[in-house]
Amino acid sequence: MLTYFLRRILQMIPTLIGVVLLVFFLFKYFGGDPAEILGGLQATPEQIESIRTELGLNEPVPVQLWMFVTKVVTFDWGSSWATREPVLEIFKSRLPATLTVMIPILLLEVVFGIVAGMAVAYVRGSLTDRAVMIVCTIAMSISFLVYVILGQYVFAFQLGWFPVQGWSSSLTTNLIKFAPLPVFLAVAVSLGPYTRLYRSFFLDEINQDYVRTARAKGVGESRILFVHVLRNAMIPILTNVATHLPSVFIGSFLIEVFFSIPGLGREVYTAVNRSDYPVIEAVTVYLAVLTMAINLLTDLLYKVVDPRVVLK
Amino acid sequence: MKAPHSPGLWTMAWLKLRANRVGMSSLAVVLGFGLLVVLAQLGLLASDWQREVATPFAPPHWVGPSTDSEEIQTQSEGSPVLDISAVDPLAPQYETWARQAAQVTEVVTQKATTRALGADRIGRDVLAKAIKGAQVSITVGVAAALMATLIGTLLGALAGYFGGVIDDLLEWLYNVFNSVPYVLLIFALAAVFKSGPMARVFSNGIAPVVIILSVVGWTGIYRLVRAEYIKHRGREYVRAAEAIGVSHLARMFGHILPNVSHVVLVQLSLHVVSFIKAEVILSFLGLGVSMDMVSWGTMLSEAQTELVLGKWWQLVAATGFMALFVTAFALLTDALRDALDPKLR
Repeated sequence: MLTYFLRRILQMIPTLIGVVLLVFFLFKYFGGDPAEILGGLQATPEQIESIRTELGLNEPVPVQLWMFVTKVVTFDWGSSWATREPVLEIFKSRLPATLTVMIPILLLEVVFGIVAGMAVAYVRGSLTDRAVMIVCTIAMSISFLVYVILGQYVFAFQLGWFPVQGWSSSLTTNLIKFAPLPVFLAVAVSLGPYTRLYRSFFLDEINQDYVRTARAKGVGESRILFVHVLRNAMIPILTNVATHLPSVFIGSFLIEVFFSIPGLGREVYTAVNRSDYPVIEAVTVYLAVLTMAINLLTDLLYKVVDPRVVLK
Repeated sequence: MKAPHSPGLWTMAWLKLRANRVGMSSLAVVLGFGLLVVLAQLGLLASDWQREVATPFAPPHWVGPSTDSEEIQTQSEGSPVLDISAVDPLAPQYETWARQAAQVTEVVTQKATTRALGADRIGRDVLAKAIKGAQVSITVGVAAALMATLIGTLLGALAGYFGGVIDDLLEWLYNVFNSVPYVLLIFALAAVFKSGPMARVFSNGIAPVVIILSVVGWTGIYRLVRAEYIKHRGREYVRAAEAIGVSHLARMFGHILPNVSHVVLVQLSLHVVSFIKAEVILSFLGLGVSMDMVSWGTMLSEAQTELVLGKWWQLVAATGFMALFVTAFALLTDALRDALDPKLR
């Protein structure tokens, strides 16, 4: 177990180096000139030159790369080009809002997905099953944007059940007042794809021999579903949740943009519009690290969920 | 004696697809949209989508003309003209101007009060916009999917066929791309395309979106194609080809590729759907197609503000067109997968 863990950590290093190189060279050779972005249109050549010196853009490329690596390791990314706010502060202040919205979304999505997927899989082939599948397919073909536009219009603007947008500094106010509509809309939209996906996970298990054996020895239907089938379907479900987990931290940037939630996703989106490279670079590198860590954690969890899994 | 003729993979797949009623009707819808795209591309359809053919926010035919026509009233009543020729230093010019003005014939276009699917804020026909938007969105989706499939297949073939160092290197590349959440990769590329030297190269059109989506989207295809190539590279037919001196390139793309092409095709059509959805979101955010173009995404972003004014038709038109195409394409993909799956035969 420990050797496995250590080897996986070591394997992450080349990937991490790759991500750093990718981000560095992407912005170095394909991005705009930082001095021109920072200086603006009115900048004189002297001002541009002084910004270049300040940012170290006149150094040779390997030196610049080394400066970039130093930023990654020391977490010192300087300040945002647009707002002069330290990049690390942006992370600290925006992440809570994102998590306030995204954790309830993820939990509800998975719970509803499991319940709906299991229910539909149980009545597979029936009229209900086919009807639900058709509804899911059509629901999935409508853009996420439409649900949010309509949901915000109907529930907040017309009916006034929720505030149209907004955010406060108190966690409870946020959870009770501002988060419910975004959470509800995101969960409603994800119900289609999740039901379809989880149905296929359960279908793979529900026809297995062990289910028939359990029935033959008189195990109740609910015990078969929730103990036998669910336990076995946990592996693909876990994989699915793990692939979605990194996006919990970046947040559904669309939800954040629509509802003016001061989260990380909206921050990155505004950074793109303002060509605020340090923010984008920092978020990309650290979320890549986080993704790798989550992947490792998932692989370790497989062992917990299914003792037959051998980590090697 | 002649061996009995057995139908090939594609013939059998076609026969299976033809027996699938849902598959065939979605194929018809997809082909219909394809025709629409081609006609719009050739300029035969919806080429005048930018013309202001109707009054602002003209409703659809079946809703009837809008009842609040105050805005039009105020426009026609001009302010009374004052005679200031005694003090105006430009007074001698009046006559010349009058003559010049007389030469210009003013064409008063009768603006429609209703359109088939209504009109937008400045009176452009929503139906024409939806068709033009279909052209742009579908072209972006298909082009990006083709490019992502090309990259993924090429790299997957190289990695799976040769193995060894090439495989290690490409696996590393795959891991790098895969460890960055794709939303962030899209954002990073969008930022680069916005202000970098690439912005000048591709100053307009759909190229940036296509490149962004395909650079982000090739990884899944690469993974599957690589697995297929690993499976196939040791098979007898490939070894036999090697024995008679067929080159690496011919073995990779002449012998193995046709045998994995069904995987590639299904991936291609899956990606068309997801790329169209992505394009719509990117264009909505202003990171997609350029400002002077219309796509389903830009229509939705206009529709968001229109909805608050109670003008819902652009939203309905863009949503309806997109939902119809995407549903048909997704069902066609499902049918295609069933028809091509060797396990179901």
